[in-house]
Amino acid sequence: MQKVLTGNQSAAWGAMCAKAQVVSAYPITPQTTIIEELADIVAKGLLDAKFIKVESEHSAMAGCIGAQAAGARTFTATSSQGLALMHELLHWAALARLPVVMANVNRAMAPGWSIWTDQNDSLAQRDTGWLQFYCESNQEVLDTTIQAYKIAEAVNLPVMLILDAFFLSHTYEAVDIPGQEATSKYLPPYKPSIYLNVDDPHAFGGIVPQDIYMEFRYKMQLAMDEALIAADKADDDFKAMFGRGYGVVEEYRLDGADYVLVTSGTVTSTTRTVIDDLQEKGHSVGLLKMKMLRPFPAEKVRKILSGRKRVAVLDRNISVGMGGVWSQEIRSVMYHLPEDQRPPIYDYIVGLGGRDVTPEFIEEIALDLEKRPVKDCDQVWIGLKE
Amino acid sequence: MRALPHLKQFTEVAEQEIMHSGHVACPGCGAAIAMRLALKTLGRRTIIVFPACCWAVIDGPFPYSACSVPVFQVAFETASISAGAIRAGLDITGKKDINVVAWAGDGGTFDIGFGQLSACAERNDNIIYVCYDNEAYMNTGIQRSSATPWGSWTTTTPGTDFKKERKKNLLEIMAAHRIPYAATTTVAYPDDLIRKFRKAMSIDGFKLIHIFSPCPPGHKALEKDSILESRYAVESRVFPLYEVEHGTHYKLSMDPPQRPVRDYLALQGRFKHLTDEQRDFIQKSTDEEWARLMHFMKVSEAVE
Ligand SMILES: Cc1ncc(C[n+]2csc(CCOP(=O)(O)OP(=O)(O)O)c2C)c(N)n1
Ligand SMILES: [Mg+2]
Repeated sequence: MQKVLTGNQSAAWGAMCAKAQVVSAYPITPQTTIIEELADIVAKGLLDAKFIKVESEHSAMAGCIGAQAAGARTFTATSSQGLALMHELLHWAALARLPVVMANVNRAMAPGWSIWTDQNDSLAQRDTGWLQFYCESNQEVLDTTIQAYKIAEAVNLPVMLILDAFFLSHTYEAVDIPGQEATSKYLPPYKPSIYLNVDDPHAFGGIVPQDIYMEFRYKMQLAMDEALIAADKADDDFKAMFGRGYGVVEEYRLDGADYVLVTSGTVTSTTRTVIDDLQEKGHSVGLLKMKMLRPFPAEKVRKILSGRKRVAVLDRNISVGMGGVWSQEIRSVMYHLPEDQRPPIYDYIVGLGGRDVTPEFIEEIALDLEKRPVKDCDQVWIGLKE
Repeated sequence: MRALPHLKQFTEVAEQEIMHSGHVACPGCGAAIAMRLALKTLGRRTIIVFPACCWAVIDGPFPYSACSVPVFQVAFETASISAGAIRAGLDITGKKDINVVAWAGDGGTFDIGFGQLSACAERNDNIIYVCYDNEAYMNTGIQRSSATPWGSWTTTTPGTDFKKERKKNLLEIMAAHRIPYAATTTVAYPDDLIRKFRKAMSIDGFKLIHIFSPCPPGHKALEKDSILESRYAVESRVFPLYEVEHGTHYKLSMDPPQRPVRDYLALQGRFKHLTDEQRDFIQKSTDEEWARLMHFMKVSEAVE
């Protein structure tokens, strides 16, 4: 079935297709229409779920944690300040190994108040033990929501899927909704291996002495390694069943390209058209789309970028005092390649607080990349006002 | 100073307009009227703290501000502690003659900021905490809060899922903290509102003023009816005006002839789905709440 949906509705419909059983959520612009849509879906009886209308995001995530521990499939959504308020519970969900799925609408952090997109909210949660997937289209949002459960439940780690404020959250596109029967085949009902069970009682989360804690963390790392495979498999299976796949990274017109632009989120779509134009004009430039931040697809990135002349990372975020987060990640995985295969990696800071990243900006970056001295590759801010 | 002539006991209203025109509130916004009156009373030696809420927007986008007093915007859940801490900073630097006002919506008060509100009241921080109550999260587009009344439509209580839980009783909760002063007021009674701000300014410690604030888009009401809605809320006893001193001494501020709750509900589209029986149920629970309040009044008198 095709429907015209916003990115937010796509996330809600994804949760509906996945038959989320408990929704625990709190409103925040620009996420609100996700939970309004779900409230509507639940009220109309289209989804047999319990919607806990909590009083804060801290409780929203605590609610998912509790319900998931009881053995139910859960969903929530948030953005920006709300995600930040959840921080303690993000760690909690991950260390408790609960496969919660959450949509986060990327929105810049306050103060001053902004409701517009950038990635600082979700990137600041990089180290909480959640898988993170950045989406480019409404279809990808819906499909990734369904895939997220498949991956999360395979490795017992929570998954965050991420969409840009307004460019996706409030923009309509035609979206294909997978049929209920096929979805149920792809994603069978949630069967937790361990949960709060009076017939098989266990105590969760008690104090862990110094000689055991590290092993718990190590097991999470192993689960993340497993997630690299699980994410590919979830996407392959999805493609086999529904004819659409995305990859945890995507190469776009990269064959033989000397220069590479690396993007995430909706900047990717704009960059595709710029790459088309520039290739037409004879520039040797292609695109690498990053979808997955955690686990970081290091091997794939190394393989794609090694031996290129130069790489430009478009960072719609800033870790002030260091630079864009995607560029740090990519530099770090590229570092131990032999020097002759290791291209200089330029960090372009773009589009903070929802500023448009126009084709003109992106073209400027691609041309700048060809000529800027390597010693100046750190933090190039694009489109700054005087 | 100018008196409002139609009132029995004349209330002095300052001429000064500390809140400017050019704010970005919707037409008919009760919270905008409340701020105008409050600032006239509080005067310029006032600092206002806004958590996320409509007023965080109403005040104007950077670099504008509609309030010509210092404004500090804070995280949604932190209005009370932020104000309390500003008070501490002012006190320790010797600036004691300044009103510190936390100005929060019902969501910021009844829900996400509730724990901090309780803590601040328990510490008896010397601030005026204002909750302008439009009975839902209006900034984000009309989602339910725990101040949303039984029966109301919101976007998270749609269709037959209209709100089935009652509104929290904020004044009773705050009274249980035994704070020096708590009061309800609303914009249809400017003299009452002004008098209560004045009183709050004269008291040391934690003061809470709960203002019922009509919201035309959120209540699905006509812009021209905001004052009427505010008045009907009082006359129908849905929102009685009273004060509580030290958490134990209740005092009714006015007792106008009782109006049926239906008149109040009829002004607002958010209740339009309700059946006759459901309207009767609201009437019944309103009467019960009123009886309970009257009991508190009586007990207070007996103690006196
Ligand atoms: C931690 C956090 N969660 C959610 C939000 C989004 N948000 C901003 S204002 C608001 C609703 C405010 O409701 P209320 O306090 O009743 O004030 P009103 O908007 O009705 O004036 C919400 C949910 C936020 N800014 N921060
Ligand atoms: Mg409100």
